[in-house]
Amino acid sequence: MFNTVFPYLLSGISVGGQYALIAIGYTMVYGILRLINFAHGDVFMVAGIIMVYMVASGVVPLWLCIPLVLVLTAAIGFVIERVAYKPLRTAPRMSAMISAIGVSYTLQNLVLYITGGLNQIYPTIPWISGSVTIFGATTKMVTVITPVLTLVLVIALVFLINHTKIGMAMRAVSKDFETSQLMGININFVISATFVIGTFLAGVASLLYFTNYTTVIQTSGAMPGLKAFVAAVFGGIGSIPGAVVGAFIIGIAENIIKGLDIILFKAGLLKGPAGLATFSDAFTFALLIIILAVKPTGLFGEKTTDKV
Amino acid sequence: MSELQQPRKKPDRASILSVIIIAAVYIAVFIAEQIIPPTSMLFTVLKKGATYALVAVSMNLLNGFTGIFSLGQAGFMLIGAYVYGIFTIPVSARMDVYQYYSGGIVQFTVPVFVAMILAGLAAALFAFLIGLPVLRLKSDYLAIATLGFAEIIRALFQWDKLGPVTNGSNMLRLFPNFNDFNIRSASGEVTVYLSTLVPMLISGFCIALIVLLIRSTYGRALRAIKDDEIAAEAMGIRLASHKRTAFCVSSFFAGVGGAMLAMYQNTVQAKSFTTAMTYEILLIVVIGGIGSVTGSCLSSFLFVACSEWWLRFLDQKQVIGNFEVPLLRNGFRLVVFSIIIMIVVLFFRRGIMGTKELPDLFRRRRKTPNGGESA
Repeated sequence: MFNTVFPYLLSGISVGGQYALIAIGYTMVYGILRLINFAHGDVFMVAGIIMVYMVASGVVPLWLCIPLVLVLTAAIGFVIERVAYKPLRTAPRMSAMISAIGVSYTLQNLVLYITGGLNQIYPTIPWISGSVTIFGATTKMVTVITPVLTLVLVIALVFLINHTKIGMAMRAVSKDFETSQLMGININFVISATFVIGTFLAGVASLLYFTNYTTVIQTSGAMPGLKAFVAAVFGGIGSIPGAVVGAFIIGIAENIIKGLDIILFKAGLLKGPAGLATFSDAFTFALLIIILAVKPTGLFGEKTTDKV
Repeated sequence: MSELQQPRKKPDRASILSVIIIAAVYIAVFIAEQIIPPTSMLFTVLKKGATYALVAVSMNLLNGFTGIFSLGQAGFMLIGAYVYGIFTIPVSARMDVYQYYSGGIVQFTVPVFVAMILAGLAAALFAFLIGLPVLRLKSDYLAIATLGFAEIIRALFQWDKLGPVTNGSNMLRLFPNFNDFNIRSASGEVTVYLSTLVPMLISGFCIALIVLLIRSTYGRALRAIKDDEIAAEAMGIRLASHKRTAFCVSSFFAGVGGAMLAMYQNTVQAKSFTTAMTYEILLIVVIGGIGSVTGSCLSSFLFVACSEWWLRFLDQKQVIGNFEVPLLRNGFRLVVFSIIIMIVVLFFRRGIMGTKELPDLFRRRRKTPNGGESA
């Protein structure tokens, strides 16, 4: 039984870690701007495309590509915020959300144009693409690195938010936009910093995720993006530990469902294939609707009171 | 305060003019269809535009008039398209279509228009069920929950176990399409071309129904909800039931629109009804003006015409004299298109029409724009 479940569990933890890194970007932006950044998943995809093209150009050595990709991704996040969200900051929330959808559409079409809509093979990064065997399950090294790296980054981020000046400013802005402005906080700087951190983490996630899945296409950011968002909502939007826990739960559940046919068959509960793997994506959204109906603030979300 | 005005007893000049314009458009389409060869791009645009117009207006009913930010449109269209396909594939063709499921289990057909109504009803039923938990949510949560619902539907329809009904992940095809509206003589020659006019009439009829709903007391209640839920509730409007009805009505027409899309495409496959489709429709609504039925219709035709026809040249190499225009290759059209959309979203937030409708354009006394900038 353990041998059947374990590989799925392992890849679940790995994917969960990648979702967690994306989810943090959603949750931080939502915490401050109350905006679902629909383009976040696409930034994640663009990071993958940049990596493909940078390595293929052959100008930059591989070890330098990785930090360059991360910096470029963060820069894209910065630019998107300045161009598409900043002008709409005082507009109704729906406008900003529509703008986010527009950015997502633009990024996908831009990548479609550049790549010609063909699957791009993601470059192999030595060591993390290598194989490793744990408890009899063979997997890529990246599977093991992801959860560790995720935890390290999350701890660093939590430290940043709780113990530095910019972190304090972020917390203040997320509590009350206008008051913190009156207290002399440079809102634009704080919001940009949030976007830069969020997209930087999405860049890290793209390195790990695409090393695992090996191909990138203009639509490959959409699904991980949505799932990471669900993870953020599940954990309680605005809460970083919540996003991480939510992401791991969703990653694991999704992968277990992918193997549910085999697992149930081996356990003797199922006579033949039931095609349950089709629902691995749908399950995430079912979970979302359930959590929203039962506990709309998510697992770790703050209670909000509606003021008339 | 146009919402509070009593409906006029006599139609004014502007309304009559609008009716004349709409009638003229239909007559022009009818004549054009008899003269211009049916392969012309014009008809493709008109057919697809009519389909998108209906779906866009149905989305506008929610997003623009009720203030429910729903992103489930693709899901409801999928339901409509499948229900239409399932009930209209000729029994003789079912062996071919359901080749992996030994002909499927539905072994009868219903007339096309009945199937379209069924498509709408099925979508509305799903909307009712999904509305029970989802409509209690607030703006962004509702958006994401409806989006998730559309994804669930997409997975469900591809499930192998439902194959005998939905044909699994294989496509449905061979059902009646728009070309079957053409009137043929006994020898099979087309005598009267109606393949563009009929979809436009269906779409126009449905949109007219939505307009009637919007102009009724019910529609005014929906606008009140949009402007301020708490105030609306205090005025005695029952939020839950009004929102649910709006959601179901919108989904009904999205379902009919899905059926029309199926007819337009000749085939239906669940995997094509992605979130991207919902985004596209939302962008059409935004370009037309959130809260304007006329705007949604206009922008649907514009959007389809640009993406299918007028901007096509951007996808091919163009040589002017000896100069080859740079950048032009496959996909450039969509890039230009996205940039236009972003410009509209950022700088022309009221869209083409704002909240104005066709008759408003002919009224000399312009009303003060209201509702356009509120959430």
